[in-house]
Amino acid sequence: MNPNDSAVSTLVDARRDDTTVAAQRPIAVVVRDLVKRYPKRPTNAVDGVSFAVGQGEVFGLLGPNGAGKTTTVGVLTTRVRPTGGYAEVAGIDVARDPVGAKRRLAVVPQRSNLDRALSARQILLFHAAYFGVPAEERTRRANELLEQFGLTERADDKVDFFSGGQSQRIMIARALMHEPEVLFLDEPTTGLDPQARLFVWDRIRDLKSRGVTMILTTHDMEEAASLCDRVAIMDRGKLLASDTPDALKETVPGRNSLEVGILLDGGDRDALQAALAALPGVERIEPVTKAAAGPPVGMNPFAAFAGGVAAAGGPPPQAAAAAPAGTPYHLRLYASVDAPSLVAPMARLITDHDGELVDLSIGKPSLEDVFIHLTGRALR
Amino acid sequence: MAVVSIAQPQTRTTGTALVAFLAILRRDVAVTGRELPAFLAQVILQPLGLLFVFGRVLTDLGFTNPAYAKQLFPGIIAMTIMLTALQSVALPLVIEFSFTKEIEDRLLAPLPASWVAAEKIVFAAGRAIIAGLVMFPVGWLVLGSIPFDVGGIPLLVAMVVLGSLAGGAMGMTLGTVVTPARINIMFAIVLTPLIFTGCSQYPWPSLSKLPWFQLLTLFNPMTYVSEGTRAALLPNGVHMLTWIPPIALLAALTVFGYVGMRGFIRRAID
Repeated sequence: MNPNDSAVSTLVDARRDDTTVAAQRPIAVVVRDLVKRYPKRPTNAVDGVSFAVGQGEVFGLLGPNGAGKTTTVGVLTTRVRPTGGYAEVAGIDVARDPVGAKRRLAVVPQRSNLDRALSARQILLFHAAYFGVPAEERTRRANELLEQFGLTERADDKVDFFSGGQSQRIMIARALMHEPEVLFLDEPTTGLDPQARLFVWDRIRDLKSRGVTMILTTHDMEEAASLCDRVAIMDRGKLLASDTPDALKETVPGRNSLEVGILLDGGDRDALQAALAALPGVERIEPVTKAAAGPPVGMNPFAAFAGGVAAAGGPPPQAAAAAPAGTPYHLRLYASVDAPSLVAPMARLITDHDGELVDLSIGKPSLEDVFIHLTGRALR
Repeated sequence: MAVVSIAQPQTRTTGTALVAFLAILRRDVAVTGRELPAFLAQVILQPLGLLFVFGRVLTDLGFTNPAYAKQLFPGIIAMTIMLTALQSVALPLVIEFSFTKEIEDRLLAPLPASWVAAEKIVFAAGRAIIAGLVMFPVGWLVLGSIPFDVGGIPLLVAMVVLGSLAGGAMGMTLGTVVTPARINIMFAIVLTPLIFTGCSQYPWPSLSKLPWFQLLTLFNPMTYVSEGTRAALLPNGVHMLTWIPPIALLAALTVFGYVGMRGFIRRAID
């Protein structure tokens, strides 16, 4: 291992943090050196992932599609057989005792897998019956949950024509019917309208207050930042860092950053970049490709900026360096000083280099920035 | 801090799994029970049509000998049982694994994946047995009289049970081998030959005039259900040696049960 590799050293940090968490409260989930390789694939879908989740904690797995989040959760929920490593839920080795593990966990899947032959109420009742909940108890719980999730009126309808939000609610209610110790939520709000999304978030907070341990996978940074006690950032099968959202944001160099769009009319780009990098207070400069700027997402401070570029018919998705004359190119400046104080000197420098400042945004690091910092790529 | 895993006692797990198994079976029974008329139409219309045309119409028109209806009836029972069991597993399985993902709900219940597969076979066998039993009054109504022999009841029971389980296991094999996009082709390519090479419409020994075809029919498990049922209902008629069908069906159940179960687990657990 190269100790200078920031990703690796962050992983080591993450392990140390996990040990701290483990010492603080009882452990609900353990993943150690987990490896999953699907047949006929050149790389590991999960490549040596380790983390631990304390009881009552909300733990987020954040990363783009294909990062290995769903596979990791698949191993924990007994649906994926690991190639190597160890996974434990509620004190049970999931590979050795999948039935025991299944009794103590519940899954809210990304896509509806509701039993379409049954009504909402029957779905809850039969689910509890699978788990051996006595008849009287399961009726009581079903009524309670239907009420709590605002589904009483539709309780006896089949779920075929339920909206996305209603399906999601009934799936969460179903997961709670056997009172799991650990709840897995796979992209719990993807595809939901804002109102349904807020409802699901409220339910998750509610469950947290009742001490249910939750692991949620998401590629929505706002979701991760607002719901999770700790977030693990995954990419290409590896866990790059895991910590509280605030602590992760602090790992991004420069407390503040600036993103600028510059129109250079014949000016020397390299000279300008060198001059900008030499400004006092600027720690680092990196060109931002359109892909790296990403679509407007969540609380990403640059989202509005990127959206503006897209709306203006912005640069093609190649690297900024390849942008034709007449289109602005974008730079991100990481500052060790207060970012707004850099605006004036920066604008002067750009003018001095025959350039024009056409766009500007000021941002504090978001989890998206943490991801970009760790991987050099945007989340999606 | 070292994490210690606690092994769970195995007996507890088996009890939990049995509760889940029975609850899933209860769910399937509840759903089928509600759709009973649709279910009966699904499984009875085709054999009813065959029985009516070949056993009644052709006889009344003088194209076939009335004795043929007696040969046909046990074969139709066998066909009903086998196809009902096969389709009761294969079709829902393909749909539950792909479009609706409903299978996930069962796979996350506290029982081994292989038990989820076994439940599907057992439930399909139950449906097939009901369909087979219903064919008796239906046959009596259509044909006026049906062959029956009290002494053949044990063999009949064995055929109905083994045939329906083997049919379910074959359905599990098909349902896990075929991709959803190919399900239509599968039914054309597999079901049609199964129907016509299963000795349902003719007794096996009489095929000695067509040796290559006689040999071919031996590879279709339905042949043994047809012949066993024939032996049970028409002990004095023409049929295969009585001891062969139960053994052949046990073998078919073992092979298809194993292959189907493996296919199921492969689809269920990555």
